[in-house]
Amino acid sequence: MRLRGLIRKETFQIVRDPSSILIGFVLPVVLLLLFGYGVSLDAKHVPVALVIENPTAETSSFAASLAGSEYFAPQAVPHRPAAERALAEGRVQAIVVLSSNFTRQLPSADGAPIQLIVNGTDANTARIISGYVDGAWQNWLEHTALDAGRALAPPVIVEQRVWFNPEVSSRNFLVPGLMAIIMTLIGTLLTALVVAREWERGTLEALMVTPVRIGEFLLGKLIPYFVLGMGGMAASTVMAVWVFGVPFRGTFLVLLLVSSLFMLAALGMGLLISTVTKNQFAAGQVAIIVAFLPAFMLSGFLFDIASMPTVVWGITHIVPARYFVSSLQTLFLAGNIWSVVATDMAALAMMAVFFLGLTRRKTRKSLE
Amino acid sequence: MWNRIRALIIKEFHAVWRDKKSRFVLIVPPLIQLLIFGYAASFDVNHLATVIFNEDDGLPARELVARFEGAPAFEVIGHISREAEIAQVIDPRRARLLIHIGPTFSRDIRINPPAKVQLIVDGRESNTSLIVLGYAGRIVADFNSEWAKSHGEPLPPAHLVVRSWFNPNLESRWFFIPGLVALLTLVVTIVVTALSVAREREVGTFEQLLVTPLRPLEILVGKATPALVIGVAEGTLIVIVGILWFAIPFRGDVGLLYAGLVVYVLAVIGVGLMISSICRTQQQAILGAFLFIMPAVILSGFATPIANMPEAIQHLTLVNPMRYFLVIVRGIFLEGLSTELVFRQLWPMAAIALVNLAGAAVMFRHRLS
Repeated sequence: MRLRGLIRKETFQIVRDPSSILIGFVLPVVLLLLFGYGVSLDAKHVPVALVIENPTAETSSFAASLAGSEYFAPQAVPHRPAAERALAEGRVQAIVVLSSNFTRQLPSADGAPIQLIVNGTDANTARIISGYVDGAWQNWLEHTALDAGRALAPPVIVEQRVWFNPEVSSRNFLVPGLMAIIMTLIGTLLTALVVAREWERGTLEALMVTPVRIGEFLLGKLIPYFVLGMGGMAASTVMAVWVFGVPFRGTFLVLLLVSSLFMLAALGMGLLISTVTKNQFAAGQVAIIVAFLPAFMLSGFLFDIASMPTVVWGITHIVPARYFVSSLQTLFLAGNIWSVVATDMAALAMMAVFFLGLTRRKTRKSLE
Repeated sequence: MWNRIRALIIKEFHAVWRDKKSRFVLIVPPLIQLLIFGYAASFDVNHLATVIFNEDDGLPARELVARFEGAPAFEVIGHISREAEIAQVIDPRRARLLIHIGPTFSRDIRINPPAKVQLIVDGRESNTSLIVLGYAGRIVADFNSEWAKSHGEPLPPAHLVVRSWFNPNLESRWFFIPGLVALLTLVVTIVVTALSVAREREVGTFEQLLVTPLRPLEILVGKATPALVIGVAEGTLIVIVGILWFAIPFRGDVGLLYAGLVVYVLAVIGVGLMISSICRTQQQAILGAFLFIMPAVILSGFATPIANMPEAIQHLTLVNPMRYFLVIVRGIFLEGLSTELVFRQLWPMAAIALVNLAGAAVMFRHRLS
């Protein structure tokens, strides 16, 4: 009965404060759109300067193989200095040079060099471009061999299979991870700020003199924000599948379970932060440092955890978002793989219990 | 007039520096972010968990496997012997790459080339899979040319010679740490300016400021100057840590970097003051700052290239000062960007700074009168 009253009060508070609605529903949608469209690692139509010092049938067939690929937008440039200027000015990302004796060297024992110069400042894009040129080169080799009436037979060829994401689309990989970041914002940042405001204003002390028990008080806080967060989660899932076309291969029940556990952990963290800081400014800062930034950088959403230095890799294990990102990526792209999801759920459940338990203890203490 | 402004500037510095909390905000979070980001933000792949499924005990197969085992990008964590086990190592993410060599590999390579090697990668992390396939492709290409050489077979008629300018080993860190100069300067400057007025308003000292003879424009200058000093100092701190701790090469002109940094910080201060004049409480100011920082960072090219975005969004990035400063700071660090190229980025940023500061002045006056 008391609990219901509390929940009603909290719900009113959320509904009446436009900033909560903003964070709960508008923010997930806006962020997902922004990230979904703004964050992409798929380079397409990369501007490349193509320098052909001595045009022949062979060089134009290579040029055609570059132009035929959707990955490149080759621009013919008369000579190397002009191409190098274009690279320095950032007008092109790479230079492909077929030198004047390219055709003459083709039949020689060593073969002819195709020079590729990439701008290494953005190392990742540079690597992707050099992979693309590699592919165009292989294609060209095969075609020239076929045209000459023989099959190209290198000693070994690679047959590649990209499981779960055959078109290697970065959106399929990024959008599920984004949902974890957005849920962290709602669960931890919003809760920390709002509850800290109550501590600041003293309305919590007022609540404490009523016969409400601590457990009821925490549940009263927890339930409305839980509902708000799960609403944001539902909105994000719908957008991921319908707007961004990310496949969903798991089951919604499992998704619901994992998200609930993550939401509890995130809310627990938010409540703990507000209980400890009791100050909006500090709560906001702490929430950004301990929840949002780790969710962004240490969760595996964008940067691969396995490649991090050992110490940083160790730290990722105490970041709730890490487990959520792993489960989301698996549920969306691979399906219900229990060995992944169950481990993640166990970790999230432990964190939820830890944070909520600690909040309960801290709340009791701060009352005495 | 200048005396009044000076007094206000001194007061602002005190306000920021005396308060333990705001001092904390200026120093601790940026350093934590710099360290975590410096070590965690990387697209490089190393020690990728790899499992070998080799059904062929011939020498060529073992040689190829040995090449993978010797590459620092891969770490062979096990071998399997049945096809059914593939899913058991890939699905739970125990291995991210599986190299499958069929039973006829050694025979095919001698009698019936090409022999096939199958690579299975986990596509859940698409960027890693692309990089892994690139590395693996190069290992196989090296194997091929050596095999052809030692067996007197013809090499392919053309080969790729790849060189990378400015960052020969393609280290992600060289890309991210100069970017952090832009990011952390943005965060600190926004927080300082967005909170300065909101805090005074909450405490009530803003009304006191209004009854002084200070004019709105003077208040604006008084609020902007400390922020400029703090923003530039923050940027300097990150540049120094980047050079000394992370050993990022610095090839350009320091003067040009500071020209860019000052204009950038001014543009950001304009935004911060606008947020400040709209928000009534600190909480709103924090949220407002956050709502600006998130899109500004995502649409700047900080983590992923602007060129990969849809065209409409690419146009949107033109009003983002961070976009221009990132080109300047990365260019000056790694490419030794020329004066002319720096100016090409500088003038749009200066225009943005003017508009933002003018906007802040208008909003300030509006708010005060």
